[in-house]
Amino acid sequence: MIINHPILGPRDAQEFTYLGDASLLNRPDWQANDAADQFYNYQYLRDNPAGEHRELWFHEQGDRSWLVVTRNTVTHEISKVELASDVARKEGRSK
Amino acid sequence: MTQKNRLTGGLIDRTKPLEFKFDGKSYEGFEGDTLASALLANNVRLMGRSFKYHRPRGPLTAGSEEPNAIVELRTGNRQEPNTRATTAELYDGLIANSQNRWPSLKHDFMAINDRFSQFFAAGFYYKTFMWPAAFWEKVYEPIIRKAAGLGSLSMEADPDAYDKGFLHCDLLIIGAGPAGLSAALTAGRAGARVIMSEEDYICGGRLNSETYTLDDMTGTEWAAQTLAELQSLPNVRIMTRTTVIGSYDHGIYGAVERVSDHIAVPADGAPRQTLWRIYSKQALLCAGSTERPIAFENNDRPGIMLGGAVRSYVNRWAATPAQEIAIFTNNDDGHRTAADLAAKGIKVSAIIDTRADAPTSEHTTVLAGAKVKDSLGRLGVKQLSVELADGSIRNVSCEAVAVSGGWNPNVHMTCHQRGRPEWDENIAAFVPGKDGPPGLSVAGSAAGIMSTHGALTSGAKSAVAILKGLGIKAKAAKTPEAEDAPVSLQPYWYVKGGKGRAWLDQQNDVTVKDVKLAHQENFRSVEHLKRYTTLGMATDQGKTSNMGGLAIMAELAGKSIPEVGTTIFRPPYTPTSLGVLGGRAVGKNFHPTRKTPSHFWAEERGAVFVEVGNWLRAQWFPIAGETHWRQSVDREVLATRKSVGICDVTTLGKIDVQGANASEFLNKVYCNGFAKLAVGKTRYGLMLREDGIAMDDGTAGRMAKDHFVVTTTTANAVSVYRHMEFCRQCLWPDIDVQLISTTESWAQYAVAGPNSRKLLEKVVDREFDITNEAFPFMACGEITVCGGLRARLFRISFSGELAYEIAVPTRYGDAMIRKLMEAGEEFDAVPYGTEALGVMRIEKGHAAGNELNGTTTALNLGMGRMVSKKKDSIGSTLSERVGLKKDDALMQVGFKPVDSKEPVVAGSHLMAKTGEVNAAVDQGYITSAAYSPILESSIGIGFLKDGKNRKGEIMRAVNPLKNQTVFVEVVSAHFVDPDGERLRA
Repeated sequence: MIINHPILGPRDAQEFTYLGDASLLNRPDWQANDAADQFYNYQYLRDNPAGEHRELWFHEQGDRSWLVVTRNTVTHEISKVELASDVARKEGRSK
Repeated sequence: MTQKNRLTGGLIDRTKPLEFKFDGKSYEGFEGDTLASALLANNVRLMGRSFKYHRPRGPLTAGSEEPNAIVELRTGNRQEPNTRATTAELYDGLIANSQNRWPSLKHDFMAINDRFSQFFAAGFYYKTFMWPAAFWEKVYEPIIRKAAGLGSLSMEADPDAYDKGFLHCDLLIIGAGPAGLSAALTAGRAGARVIMSEEDYICGGRLNSETYTLDDMTGTEWAAQTLAELQSLPNVRIMTRTTVIGSYDHGIYGAVERVSDHIAVPADGAPRQTLWRIYSKQALLCAGSTERPIAFENNDRPGIMLGGAVRSYVNRWAATPAQEIAIFTNNDDGHRTAADLAAKGIKVSAIIDTRADAPTSEHTTVLAGAKVKDSLGRLGVKQLSVELADGSIRNVSCEAVAVSGGWNPNVHMTCHQRGRPEWDENIAAFVPGKDGPPGLSVAGSAAGIMSTHGALTSGAKSAVAILKGLGIKAKAAKTPEAEDAPVSLQPYWYVKGGKGRAWLDQQNDVTVKDVKLAHQENFRSVEHLKRYTTLGMATDQGKTSNMGGLAIMAELAGKSIPEVGTTIFRPPYTPTSLGVLGGRAVGKNFHPTRKTPSHFWAEERGAVFVEVGNWLRAQWFPIAGETHWRQSVDREVLATRKSVGICDVTTLGKIDVQGANASEFLNKVYCNGFAKLAVGKTRYGLMLREDGIAMDDGTAGRMAKDHFVVTTTTANAVSVYRHMEFCRQCLWPDIDVQLISTTESWAQYAVAGPNSRKLLEKVVDREFDITNEAFPFMACGEITVCGGLRARLFRISFSGELAYEIAVPTRYGDAMIRKLMEAGEEFDAVPYGTEALGVMRIEKGHAAGNELNGTTTALNLGMGRMVSKKKDSIGSTLSERVGLKKDDALMQVGFKPVDSKEPVVAGSHLMAKTGEVNAAVDQGYITSAAYSPILESSIGIGFLKDGKNRKGEIMRAVNPLKNQTVFVEVVSAHFVDPDGERLRA
């Protein structure tokens, strides 16, 4: 597979390490009333779609960027690649 | 009998005769021959024995689809089994041997199987070897193992190198036949970056095997002329002897180049084969098609071949399989064979054409509407029994038969990503479907366009269309005037009737009857049919046989062939050696070897090394007179605890953490607090996973307000760094922190023992005060050593002694260890290895990898109170789950044997002093154990339910693997200096 790195251009997937579902970006607030439940969902419950999937890849043999890759799990077509930090900011994460 | 069957002409070089041996007998061939063509020229048709019945077999084909002519090539450590004689290029001195026969190819003892064939029908081993069950391992399996398999391995290491390479192109053209060549010409002239691969050693494909002309040139001449122009274009790379073996995601293709298979020994420095990974923007499949046989009784006798293969041998290699050849066909191709044979002066016995309206032939009798019922001849065909249209039988004598059943497009590459081929009624064959890999187009006969003219024009047109998509303007290369006959074919898969066996898959001995049996026993899906009968499961993957099997299954099931469908096509396209898949990553090169900065010094000291991941670390340093590792390790421990010892700890991961928010960041990734750590201080930190389980531990030293140096365990250096980057980029993207791994930038040594300060004072420059008052336990700082060399000093201790870790830039690591040892001479300083390191940390009760084993929490490790509840950190919330905080949770404690002479064994499980021993009453387990020379006893640490409240209890440590039970006493894990007086001294 080839991942079109937003900074470095197309790179072989072998340069990357796969983590999993990009929902890992949405780490719950530890002070929420139901924090325990939220963390349980965050840690253990994942969708496993046959089709489009947003997932985290780490450019370990490269510039060490974490990327959010939108990939079709059936065809392996990659429709979008973003820097995870950009996505995290867009989703309201900061410090 | 020298080359009795050699003809005139052909693409062989008669000025270059080559000697070779087959089954010990010498023969002569010419440059340009394959092993098969040279053997045929020498009137040798018998080249192998079949897998199951040991039937005598000769070549069926002239290419990589060959099921029968499978030989062992070369000798000694280069011996390679299951090599196709039809693609093995002849070289001087080639040695080949037939396989799967004993004692000789002509007299094979195992051919007795053929007599008992009724016992060996499809699925025989499922039925035959059912009981008694005990017989399976002792009796049946050894017999089957001995009887099964084709070639044998040399059992020696392969002396040759295999390479891997990477290529990029606009257009990859797979196959250099008429379609591929005309596509390459079109794309090459337009300036596109083109790679054209060809599995054969010459380009041209069928053009080299057919006699039709292109304009006024022979096919070979046109191919050579085209190739010459392509070779002059710098943007075109032509790769012969290169098979594209698979189509992978995003335009990536795998290809094996047989760099040195055509010579006896690779040239100096050259690899035997190279595995190429080709990154293509677009690809064009011009892989041609494969001829298929018609099954009839005893259709496997040597000499019975495919018609196209006979033309290849006669036209390209000037080698005829026999002087008298019969033709069995269902299409016009058979008549083409007759014309070519007649032109070479070979007698054509008859054309047996299944079509009632078969055309006549000027070369021989045509038996229209006839079919071959049977053949005769023990080691080679001698006669055919033919049923004429009127039902009468006529015997036709011949020494070879050219069978033409039509052509199957080589759709494989279009199916490697689960694409499905479609049925084309006009040619009665599967053609590429519309769901092939993105970016892959198909031209020529691979696309079902069967004429030469069609191949040439479709290749050029496809190239134009592809380049247009890439924004490159191209003009279709002008195609020469060429043969453009329509396909005239009557689908005909097998001859019905008769009691004998008609072969479909000749390599795996699958017959028409086997397919019928599979149907009768309800194995009707093609995938079941394949596995039950083993049809298409041999090294040729059924390239010549699958279609016949499908057609028969369709007929039996009352379905159409496309309804039955095909099995899944998977890479590789042709057999691929494991050597080339491994490349250079073999033996010591399987993974990189990382050497510590003190490696060469340690080697000089005679250190024994141990692999720790990719690292090599000194395990212990034996001295004169020591014969057992324990002597060395005990001495190193005692000397360190008595005076001073030095250990290379460079392999521990080091992560430089810098930025205005560095302390907040560490506060989030460590479960314990870091916000208030003063500059010049180091703190132990425990990192949890988000699920609350301990991930790793280490220290973080605050070198400046905005600068920390974090250490990790050796094993987790990579994963902790990855995790910290995840936290930084994905969880807190605006945090002002930068991370960099400096594991390899600093050489780091532990200097431990009561005299460690005295030793260091001799090395550290005078302006730095390292007295206990100025540089107390857990202090850290930037210093200089040896007169100005920058260094870092940490007062941390893994051994429990007064200890430091000193770091210098890696390039000074070798000088530093020598300097430390020299300075330590007056204190009898010893170097110590990982074993002594382990003993001392167990004596001190420090957790390491055995304790941080992916199942333990901070609570289990006795560090439950370290998890701060005043802040958010990774894992803090889920570590609070009730299940992890049960009253009887496992707690880390120490163990001492009741009888100090008995060993504590790591991995032992803890049971009550008396009573049952089983998992239900399991109380915990021992994780680390060592012999403590200070305590003169074996000791261990481990996890025990409610351990902290059970000190003094006697338990059994049981090791059922070795039937070992040791009574142990539960003690504190801090065996040595429990109050930490030494390390604060």
